[in-house]
Amino acid sequence: MATRVPYTTEFEKPLATLESKIEELKQLSGGAGVDFSDEIVKLERKAKKLQVEIFRDLSRWQVVQLARHPQRPYTLDYIQALFTDWMELEGDRRFSADHAIVAGLARFEGEPVVIVGEQKGRGTKENMLRNFGMPRPEGYRKARRLYDMADRFRRPLITFIDTPGAYPGIGAEERGQAEAIAVNLEVMSSLGVPSISIVIGEGGSGGALALGVTNKIMMLEYSTYSVISPESCSSILYRDASKAQKSAENLKLTARDLAGFGIVDEVVKESPGGAHRDPHLTAENLGGAIRRQLADLRQLTPEQLVRQRYQKFRAMGVFTTEE
Amino acid sequence: MAWFSKRQTMKAQPASDKPTGPVPAKKGEGLWTRCASCNAVVYTQEWEGNWNVCPGCGHHDALPAIRRLEMTLDPDSFEELDTELIPEDPLGFVDNKKYKDRLKSTYKATGMRDAFISGVGTITGQPVSIGTFAFEFMGGSMGSVVGEKVARVIDRAYERRIPCIVFSSTGGARMQEGIFSLMQMAKTSAALNRFRQVRKPYVSVMLHPTTGGVAASFAWLGDVILAEPKALIGFAGPRVIEQTIREKLPAGFQRSEFLLERGMIDAIVPRLQMRERLAQVISLLG
Repeated sequence: MATRVPYTTEFEKPLATLESKIEELKQLSGGAGVDFSDEIVKLERKAKKLQVEIFRDLSRWQVVQLARHPQRPYTLDYIQALFTDWMELEGDRRFSADHAIVAGLARFEGEPVVIVGEQKGRGTKENMLRNFGMPRPEGYRKARRLYDMADRFRRPLITFIDTPGAYPGIGAEERGQAEAIAVNLEVMSSLGVPSISIVIGEGGSGGALALGVTNKIMMLEYSTYSVISPESCSSILYRDASKAQKSAENLKLTARDLAGFGIVDEVVKESPGGAHRDPHLTAENLGGAIRRQLADLRQLTPEQLVRQRYQKFRAMGVFTTEE
Repeated sequence: MAWFSKRQTMKAQPASDKPTGPVPAKKGEGLWTRCASCNAVVYTQEWEGNWNVCPGCGHHDALPAIRRLEMTLDPDSFEELDTELIPEDPLGFVDNKKYKDRLKSTYKATGMRDAFISGVGTITGQPVSIGTFAFEFMGGSMGSVVGEKVARVIDRAYERRIPCIVFSSTGGARMQEGIFSLMQMAKTSAALNRFRQVRKPYVSVMLHPTTGGVAASFAWLGDVILAEPKALIGFAGPRVIEQTIREKLPAGFQRSEFLLERGMIDAIVPRLQMRERLAQVISLLG
């Protein structure tokens, strides 16, 4: 995994301060006759307690911060941690290669699968390449190509969702951003193979859903999934993007919210303090969840898989009926 | 010059021969309507008799949902269904106003429960399952009720094995219903996929405007996609794009004509010819 450049969100700061103090003491320790080990143990206990306290009661806006944390593991990190034989396949065969979506073949615990995922970058250069995880129509059309491949070769499909949204640019509009997403929704609903989507960071609107019409939907504990970003929501409602915190509360966009609504099948625990603190532990939890869900879905025939998916999404919505 | 002259075998009669009793001018509303495009002042009765298309410049003004169905279907053939569906507030959404109150006041103002009218009717005697957005209700935004109604229009077409027509006029998903609104995109697209088995046409008509989550789901999945002239159609709204690229958009960007030129829709059909074109499509494919 990438080397850690220190980055801390505002609410993690007290914890970060404590941790750097511990680090300092550790370095001083072992020097000429000085032993701070008692002090260190005490501070470590305190840090653990502080972490539990901070994370017990995160606001939705704080979860948004974690979901966007620049050190958060991305799609390729999870692919590396959980799959073998990864082979990336590129291009939509129409216009260009889009690096905001990675797609390819791999094995999960020995079994061949198809993987499609949105990919953010670390640092300016990689973020330019990945377009900050905002796919263009080409990315969705590449994804569609791989969905068809999964269906034809009867390979389970696993998708990773992590995008602020589909890219809103001139070229993207000209080449049919909306059409590309729409087609993916329908194609995904028709696949005769098990499909699982995992929101690992930001699930931004239609650009996320274009990877999300699956038999099972999972979310990492501190990820979000929403019809609109809190910033856009508040700029529409109040013409003021700075009220995003309020909009985040309104939108009820966390994994816990969505599990409560019955939209999400499983919330996958992250390492204490968020996935960026221990990507390996988080990946391990995720691997276990994929194994379980996949085993369940493998019991179903292609027809049953299509029906299960249809019924799942057909039932989504809240309204009353009046005589 | 063409080798052969055009032969028209089928011609749809106008939906109704009487110039459709225009709603009597409301208090404070004049006898005259001013065209927003050419500024011509037109006798309101003539304006409405012309289905809100400017007789001078051909500008297509907004048309209330119910009149859209009236002009499309055979007279008295429309049977409205799904009227029992009432929106809810699953998120407890509050901005300057509670979403619940917003729903109530919009119901009062429009007499509509939500932004979609659905049902069945006939076009030149051919039965169709049909629905239309009502832009006048919260910008035609799609929440659970709208999504459910669209899905039912599709499901009915599937069950009865008849063609399906949806008119879209919407800003997209309704943010006040959050993730439920988003999932309506998946729901309607999955319903359409099932409908494809019966091999009946689904015609999507895009009106001004058709953007966001509706454009990015069933509206762009039509077997045939028609649009009214100069309708704004696209994924992201122009304001969002301008903020992203930090420059002004070219004139005509995301309009029907622009999309036709780029191969993204089948045809642009003026409002007064829409019924005839729809009749033609469903008779050729249905």
